[in-house]
Formats: sequence, structure tokens, C-alpha cells
Amino acid sequence: MTMQREESLTTTGEVISNYTINFGPQHPAAHGVLRMVMELDGEVIERIDPHVGLLHRGTEKLIEHKTYLQALPYFDRLDYCSPLAMEHSYVLAIEKLLNLEVPIRAQYLRVLFAELTRICNHMLNMGAHILDVGAFTPNLWIMDLREDCLNFFERASGARMHSAYFRPGGVHQDVPEKLLVDIGDWLDNRFFQLFEDAMSLVMDNRIFKQRNVDIAVVSRDDAVAWGFSGPMIRAAGIPWDLRKSQPYDVYDRMEFDIPVGTNSDCYDRFMVRVKEVYESAKIIRQCLRDMPQGPIASTDGKVSPPKRGEMKQSMESLIHHFKLYTEGFHVPAGEVYVATESPKGEFGVYLVSDGTNKPYRCKIRPTAFSHLQAMDFMSKGHMLPDATAILGAIDVVFGECDR
Amino acid sequence: MAVLHSAPKFAPNDGVIDAISETISVWLIEAIEAHGEVIFRVERDAIARVLQILREDHAYQQLMEIAGVDYPDRAERFEVVYMLQSLTKNHRVMVKCSASEDTPVPTVTTLWPNAGWLEREVFDMYGVTFAGNADLRRILTDYGFEGHPFRKDFPMTGYTELRYSEEEKRVVYEPVELAQEMRTFDFLSPWEGTDYVLPGDEKALAKPEGEAKK
Repeated sequence: MTMQREESLTTTGEVISNYTINFGPQHPAAHGVLRMVMELDGEVIERIDPHVGLLHRGTEKLIEHKTYLQALPYFDRLDYCSPLAMEHSYVLAIEKLLNLEVPIRAQYLRVLFAELTRICNHMLNMGAHILDVGAFTPNLWIMDLREDCLNFFERASGARMHSAYFRPGGVHQDVPEKLLVDIGDWLDNRFFQLFEDAMSLVMDNRIFKQRNVDIAVVSRDDAVAWGFSGPMIRAAGIPWDLRKSQPYDVYDRMEFDIPVGTNSDCYDRFMVRVKEVYESAKIIRQCLRDMPQGPIASTDGKVSPPKRGEMKQSMESLIHHFKLYTEGFHVPAGEVYVATESPKGEFGVYLVSDGTNKPYRCKIRPTAFSHLQAMDFMSKGHMLPDATAILGAIDVVFGECDR
Repeated sequence: MAVLHSAPKFAPNDGVIDAISETISVWLIEAIEAHGEVIFRVERDAIARVLQILREDHAYQQLMEIAGVDYPDRAERFEVVYMLQSLTKNHRVMVKCSASEDTPVPTVTTLWPNAGWLEREVFDMYGVTFAGNADLRRILTDYGFEGHPFRKDFPMTGYTELRYSEEEKRVVYEPVELAQEMRTFDFLSPWEGTDYVLPGDEKALAKPEGEAKK
């Protein structure tokens, strides 16, 4: 596909013209189904027009036809690299409308698994980013760590990826003590050895730096104006983290730092993620240390289901169970916008309730929308291979972008 | 009401409504604080002006999201909701205006560059047009798609389906054919919430009439 855009004369008199190429929709570095129409001048990018929506499944419409609880698993399928972080915004939005109290142990469990999800997500993203710019080995190593995280999710919820573990009012099930011990062991004895080994291969690597340093520099003002969030805004030197500034669940009890970048280039975005992994590990350790015993879901029988044992004994519980899994619960009319710090940035849910058992409207704010939109101005003047580095540093996943 | 939930806590809403209402009073239709959210309903034609005031005078630097909502019963059936965030005040507000199919909403791409895609999405999903948005193409739906899928009167199954045709060696579009009828489950309790007559109940209502005929 070539298209004449503009013609310029070279010294030898031949006429060369810009040409447009398709990057994707099937491209290993597109991180999914992204089609970018690129206008190139030689190997220099003049303009990028990202075409998204190839993975559009109409999640928001589907949610309008399901009860609140039935809609929850759709969130796992948004950002399939960090499913629990997606659920987090949704359950908090429901709880905000219901003004529902969540037991402390459930809040700790959520924070613990949200942070484990962050590590899990960063393992995949950093691995892919490294792979995109040409290094192979670290990806294999840290993918192994991601596998460990997925095994922990499986032991907690029964599913490796689509856990549906966070529920309105708490979490689905309590975790076995052994799992918490194993997570602690894993952090102490396995995780950092492998992670640091893998990072030592790239952090000071000359090739890795050549591919990332000073690529796609975004000023502070631009980062704010384009609606950046997460590691993208932190790399620009703005210490903005919703876990800190607008704490939810027990994040206000956690001690952690916000890593920020100085140059706001792809290397900084990568390094912010590396540092975030350490902070996440810090939070997980605090969760393991401080997590109290107690109920793991709201005791309000109108929202969270009764225990199996209770159902055998109590008519009330049986009725609650039946009503919850047929009619579901009613949510007071109103609208809220709840945003949490997903590993990729601000992930928001705008939930409109009309007082019935189904959401009237559920608008999902994907993190990738703002970031991908800035792709055009970030890549301008860079070389074609830099596009993969920029894309890798955005951390885009199309399940979430296209919904 | 005491706050029991553990959703994100941004800066308190105290006094925010008064401070902002004062500066946008000319265009303000309604200011609501409910469920811990501050919502301003303003006139459609002034939306860009209002958001500009919020950004410049009230330090709401970031536009996080534009959401469309469809209320088919209203005269102007669509609502366009803007979520703003202040990084310096650590606060969020929502601003909304109503629109119909043929009343364009002024664009805010002049204020925030990322509004471009957000407006495209609302246009794609609901058919709300934005005056001044130079690049109002569809964004999430297929190339050549017709209709606006998130409208309440758009069926969940859609109108067309596509498959790869072995004979024609290309992807073909066909009208949707369902192997079984689309099932819509209605779990609302008939004792609370429903506003329709249950199947069979209409007989009870019709009975006196039948007796009168005898």
C-alpha cells in the first residue's frame, strides 16, 4: 500500500515520496491487535494513525444486560494481563453506590492480590518490552515469575487468569494460611534473585539504553494535558499515584514510595516499573505481616452470599442465596466514577444505577486510550523501530483498550 | 451519611459546589452532590466554556474520561459526562450536558488533546456529534459499520455478522441469524421493581369485563 504524500528532490535528482505502511493488526510487537497506519519519510516516522477497536466486544453493552454480580467476570477479560486490578475498580464502584462496609481482612486480601497482580503485569510488560527491543533471555526468566503469580491466583480463586476473586462486599473465599506463607517465601527466597538477575542483563545494557533513552520524551505539561496516568505520568516526574493520593481499601495503612522518572523517556518508564515492583513487594510484605483474622466478605446477607454450612441450617440464608444468584442485589440509583491505580494507570468505572439489579450504564475508562492517542506526537521524528519501544513502554493491552 | 465503603478517597467535597457554582452560575442548570460525587449539569452550548473555567480557575487539569449515556425517554436522550481530575487539589468532579442526535456538543479538543478519541468514542457508540472536532471518525466499531451500538434501542445481537466464506475466499457480512431466539433473562422480583404485567395476570384484569358481557 503506497500513497503519494509529498515529493522532494534529492541531490541526484530522483524524486522520493513519503509512503504509508500498516503496522499490524498482526504484528508481534503490536501487543495484540493494533493497526497503526504510519506515514514514513524513509525510516523516520512522520505521522501515526492508530486504528483501535479490532478487539471491541461491546463489554459495556453486555454488562447492561447482566446483574451486578454476573457482570464481574467481564472485567477479568478487559486487561487480561492484570485481571484483578480491573475487578478492583468495579467492586469499589458498586460498594460506593451501596455504601457498603468491607471487612478489614477482605481489604487486606484485595490489596495483597492487587499488588501481586501489579508484579504479574509488570513481569509481562517488561518482558515484552525487552523482547521488542531485541533481548530474548530476560523475558524467559521473568515469565517464570509471572507463572508463579498465576499459580498463587489459582490457589486463591481456582482460576489462573480470570479469577473473579474480588466480589462486591469482599472477596470470594478466604485463602489457606499456607498460601500466604508461600507468597512470603517466594518473595524472600525466589522472586528477587531471578528478577534482579534478569534486570541486571538489561538495565545497564548498552543496546537496551540505545533503544530506549531519549525516545518519546514527553514534557510534564504534555503528560498532564494528554490525560496520562500510572507509570507514564510518573516517568514524567509527577509523583501521582492513586494508591497514595486517593487511597482505597487499606492502601492508607501501607508504607511505600512512588518512584518517579526524570527524563520522561521510554527508559524511565521502564525503570519506574522496575522500581514499582520493589514497592509492590514491600506492600505485599506489609499485608502478610498485618493481615488480621476475620470475615472475608460483608456480613450483609443482601449483598454477599451466605456460607455453605449456614445454608444447611438457616432458612434465611437459603433464601438469601437463592435471591442473590437469581435476582441479584439492588443498587441505589445514582452515579459514581471510581478510579483505581491499575498497573497501567488510572482504570476507572463510571457506574450509573437506576435502582434495579442491573447497571444502567457502565462506562469503563481504559488506561490505554489516552496513552495510545499520544502515540502520534510521541513518535514524530523517531525511527520506525522506535515505535515498538514506545509501544512497549506505554504498556498497552487491547482487551482493555477496545473493551 | 457516614462513609462505610472503602472506595478511593479524594479531597472532601466541602464548599466545592459553592465555589464552582459561583463562577459558572450563568450556564449552570443543577449542581448535585450524591454518593460522594460532585456533578454539575450545565447548558450544552456552554460546555467548552465551563470546562475551560474549571481547568483554568479551579485547577482541574486533567480530562480523564468522556462518557455517553442514553435515556431514550427524555426529549434530549443523550447525556455526555466529562470526568475531570485535579492533580493539585486531589479532587474529581463530573460535568454533564444533554444532547440529541441533531444537536452537536461543542468540542473540547481545543482544551485537552486527548478529548479527540474520547469524543470519537461517544460519537461512535451513541451518534452524538461534536461541533469543531475535525476528526470525528468511528473508532471502536468495524470499518463501514452502520448504527450506534450502545443506544438502548440497538439490539445486543447487532444486525450483521461476518464469517470467512470458503467459496468467495473472503470475509462476508450477512444479516444475523440466531440458532435460537435471543434470551433476555429478567430476574427482577415481581413484588418489587417491575412495572409491567406478568404473563397471565392480564386475565385477572380482564375478568370483570368478561362478566359484564354475560
